[in-house]
Amino acid sequence: MVVADQYEMVCGIEVHAELQTKTKIFCGCTTEFGGEQNTHVCPVCLGMPGALPVLNREVVNYAIKAGLALDSEIAEFSKFDRKNYFYPDLSKNYQTSQFDLPICIGGKLEIDVDGEKKWIGITRAHMEEDAGKLVHSGTTISTSNESSVDYNRAGVPLLEIVSEPDMSSISEALAYLEKLVQILEYTEVSDCRLEQGSVRFDVNVSLRPHGTKSLGTRTETKNLNSYSSVRRCMEYEVARQARILNAGKNVVQETRTWDEGQGITLTLRSKEEAHDYRYFPEPDLPPLVIDRNWVERIRKTLPELPAKRRARLQALGLPAYDAAVITQARAMSDFFDATLAYYGDAKTLANWIMGDVTRLLNSNQCSVSDSPISAKQLAELLELIKKGTLSGKIAKGVLEEMYGTGKDAAAIVKEKGLAQISDEGALLGIVDDVISANPQSVVDYKAGKDKAIGFLVGQVMKATKGQANPGLVNQLLKEKLV
Amino acid sequence: MMIGQSVSELHELLVHKDVSSTELTKAYIDRIQTVDPELKAYLTVIENQAMTQSAEVDRKITQNQVLGPLEGIPMALKDNMCTEGIRTTCASKMLEDFIPPYNATVTERLKVAGTILLGKVNMDEFAMGSSTENSYFGKTRNPWDLERVPGGSSGGAAVAVAVDEAAFTLGSDTGGSIRQPAAFCGVVGMKPTYGAVSRYGLIAFASSLDQIGPLTKTVRDNALVLNAIAGYDPRDSTSVAYEKPDYTKFLVNDIKGLKIGIPRQYYGDGIDPDVARGIQEGIQTLIDLGAEVSECSLPHTEYAIPAYYLIATAEASSNLARYDGVRYGLRAEAEDVLGMFKKTRAEGFGQEVKRRIMLGTYALSSGYYDAYYLKAQKVRTLIKQDFDKAFEKFDVLLSPTAPTTAFRFGEKSADPLAMYLSDITTVPINLAGIPAISIPAGFVKGMPIGMQFMGKAFDEGTLYRAAYTFEQNTQYHTLKPSLSEEVLAGGSR
Amino acid sequence: MTISREDVEYVAALARLELTEPEIKEYTEQLNSILGYAAKLERLNTDDVIPTAHAVPLNNVMREDQVGPSLDHEKALNNAPDGDEGFFRVPRISLT
Repeated sequence: MVVADQYEMVCGIEVHAELQTKTKIFCGCTTEFGGEQNTHVCPVCLGMPGALPVLNREVVNYAIKAGLALDSEIAEFSKFDRKNYFYPDLSKNYQTSQFDLPICIGGKLEIDVDGEKKWIGITRAHMEEDAGKLVHSGTTISTSNESSVDYNRAGVPLLEIVSEPDMSSISEALAYLEKLVQILEYTEVSDCRLEQGSVRFDVNVSLRPHGTKSLGTRTETKNLNSYSSVRRCMEYEVARQARILNAGKNVVQETRTWDEGQGITLTLRSKEEAHDYRYFPEPDLPPLVIDRNWVERIRKTLPELPAKRRARLQALGLPAYDAAVITQARAMSDFFDATLAYYGDAKTLANWIMGDVTRLLNSNQCSVSDSPISAKQLAELLELIKKGTLSGKIAKGVLEEMYGTGKDAAAIVKEKGLAQISDEGALLGIVDDVISANPQSVVDYKAGKDKAIGFLVGQVMKATKGQANPGLVNQLLKEKLV
Repeated sequence: MMIGQSVSELHELLVHKDVSSTELTKAYIDRIQTVDPELKAYLTVIENQAMTQSAEVDRKITQNQVLGPLEGIPMALKDNMCTEGIRTTCASKMLEDFIPPYNATVTERLKVAGTILLGKVNMDEFAMGSSTENSYFGKTRNPWDLERVPGGSSGGAAVAVAVDEAAFTLGSDTGGSIRQPAAFCGVVGMKPTYGAVSRYGLIAFASSLDQIGPLTKTVRDNALVLNAIAGYDPRDSTSVAYEKPDYTKFLVNDIKGLKIGIPRQYYGDGIDPDVARGIQEGIQTLIDLGAEVSECSLPHTEYAIPAYYLIATAEASSNLARYDGVRYGLRAEAEDVLGMFKKTRAEGFGQEVKRRIMLGTYALSSGYYDAYYLKAQKVRTLIKQDFDKAFEKFDVLLSPTAPTTAFRFGEKSADPLAMYLSDITTVPINLAGIPAISIPAGFVKGMPIGMQFMGKAFDEGTLYRAAYTFEQNTQYHTLKPSLSEEVLAGGSR
Repeated sequence: MTISREDVEYVAALARLELTEPEIKEYTEQLNSILGYAAKLERLNTDDVIPTAHAVPLNNVMREDQVGPSLDHEKALNNAPDGDEGFFRVPRISLT
């Protein structure tokens, strides 16, 4: 991205994703969101004297799974280290993290910005524990006389994913984040609920003169928790740094924080005040030796990832946009595939899914995984339309009825006598009636106004409560009005 | 006098209904009330709870139920082991009023074994020290000479056993803190293999070095207690799932053919000549009993102390970071959290603790990690390799437990380095993670000396055999400090 | 390697220890003495030596992902110097 025709922006992002294991990384407390303060705690996560950590196997499994999905290499030998610093939300005043032997090394994912594809590199991913939550008495930290700590979140497992500084525009950064979160959601290692803080972003931004190669001084803005704040933060930071550089000054390398209210970044700590973390190997936890069998066992549990699914759907004839929409979230994509297994017409199915199905679920605030309509049931409904038993229009109503009652389409059609009338004999009488009742339209049609037949078709539909097969009605009318 | 007998003897008394648990516990409580005002081994005594627990044991006895070997036996725990609902201070102002909401695993296991917890005993603050002079609550006196230290950091634990204020105690050992006080006070002290006894609930000093172990009058008692506390604990990730034997099976009076190595580096200039002589006599006894004794070398011994003091203080600096006034413990008033941290820790920690935190923080700090901490961990490997090589030829190694007998109060506290250097015979064992036991081996000018056997990892059995044989063929363990009239009258000083 | 007074002040800040003037002087002296002694480690060539972080060669010690009991609310806050409606309260946190 070129700023004011002078500078290019370089961006790298660290993503902290909460892993949705049942229990915390080093103790058996639940990771459930939203409990009353300090009720999901124990001597271990409270950092009480004498307490010791015990690693949750599932955390390692999830980390390996995420790493594989991001094309990382899984370390053969990995260990935990203590990151020492003081802060009230840190119950031991050190965070058990991974320093020099992270579980995932390297990796990449492909983004697409307005048709331009680009690979973004991933440096590493490692496991660590989350800190507790601070509640401030005032509106911000600096205006509060006191703060309160809730350690329910302390010890929740995190995967920290560090990107290479490969992004050169805000669009690329956002595309990277959306893609990364999508992959985490697909592998089901995180519930990815940004609004609950399940995924947080630390954004590093620097500018350099257009066309140069060496990196400028970067700043890090910590703890952003929505795409919109990432966008606004980056816009602000880029403008701020450009102003500084234009004034002939140097950007200070520092850690900043985003003030949502004012829409600005503020200094959190300077390089001089930067923490000396004094990393050393965690003596309370033996290291990990990850044999390749373990990795392969996890690899087998990987779902087909979004990129592959999009390609598959496009190969079935779906336009790129539709394929992207359907594979956006895993649950919907799985639902699509499950329905497709019973009903082979991908394009029709896609239209129904993107249209009526999504509309119905949204208006009922229901997720697809909780949907009362199963894949098989949806497939049956679409089959009925294909067979001509049901008109598309009436099918929409049947869908709603299926949602409300959980009944099969066939049962509802039978119950309510909604079957499409495709029997000529049954329709001829009505067609004749409509022709006699609308002489003007007949005259208009014979005079060359094709629109008139639409009106007559409509009248037949009305008379049959929409159940007549419109194609057949059209055909019969044309035969009669010759 | 019923107190003063060993755990196994007391068990017989209880089983044969010669004494009730209530009577026994009462006798120990009385003893504490009599002698502790002078000796100050105890920080907390829980008379009511102890009597309640005894009543429970008596109920079992009257119902003729089978009694376990430790059931009804009164004991005390070093005050760095968490006891639910009972103040646990680590002898520090920082935790003066701390009441743990949970039991350490060892507390739990001894409870299940039916022991009677009499209270918590004194120590050097946060287990940092070799004399119990660093306790916030005042010093404990050596019963053999009230002007001398009992050793540390498990000083209270050693004294309590020596003067029968408890039938046994548990101490902890990071650089010699069970063995050295055991030697200074004339009792048996065992530091098991690292990983043999759970550290869950032991308030941490140096995570990769700390171990809990029993202090007792006799070797048999020691094995009985180790039986109860040792073994895998899923709550401690450094706890080892080894096949735990019945340690009393090794109490055999026979060391014929036992290959004992004498590492020459443990008999150097720093060792008091009288102590060295005493140990030589002990070695002769072992030879007379059929052991094959010869010299060996642990060439990296001289590097053990600097390596230990870098590793232990580095880990301690991190382990003690949690004491900040937020969740428990002392809190100093301040305008902001940073001030609160600094003032709380300045007020809550004693000099030795602060010194070690400073040293450890420095050793880990940016620019110094490689030269200090990392270097020390590499030297640790070399020290361990020295032992591995020695154990290819020998079954056990032997040395004086400490270079001197108990020193006078204040003698070493002025120069911290001098204090550290006195750990030369005990510290390498913790670095290597191997087990070692100290047993009474004589007297020098009226003060006890201890002999230390060192063994292969998880070979406490051979240590017990060697110690038991020596014990059964000597009289040292039967000798008790004669307490002055003043002490016995609960006198003031 | 000599430790300066500035070094001691830096380390005290890292360790969140407020030291008195006499303490700063004393620790500067004592740390120099102790670390001077520790310098003897430099004599050893340890280029090819692997550091020992754990005394016992264990690895892969893990537990199953099953919810265990948490602490009672009261117990968790029982030792809190300033507990307030279930929270641990602390004075003003400045932005460093």
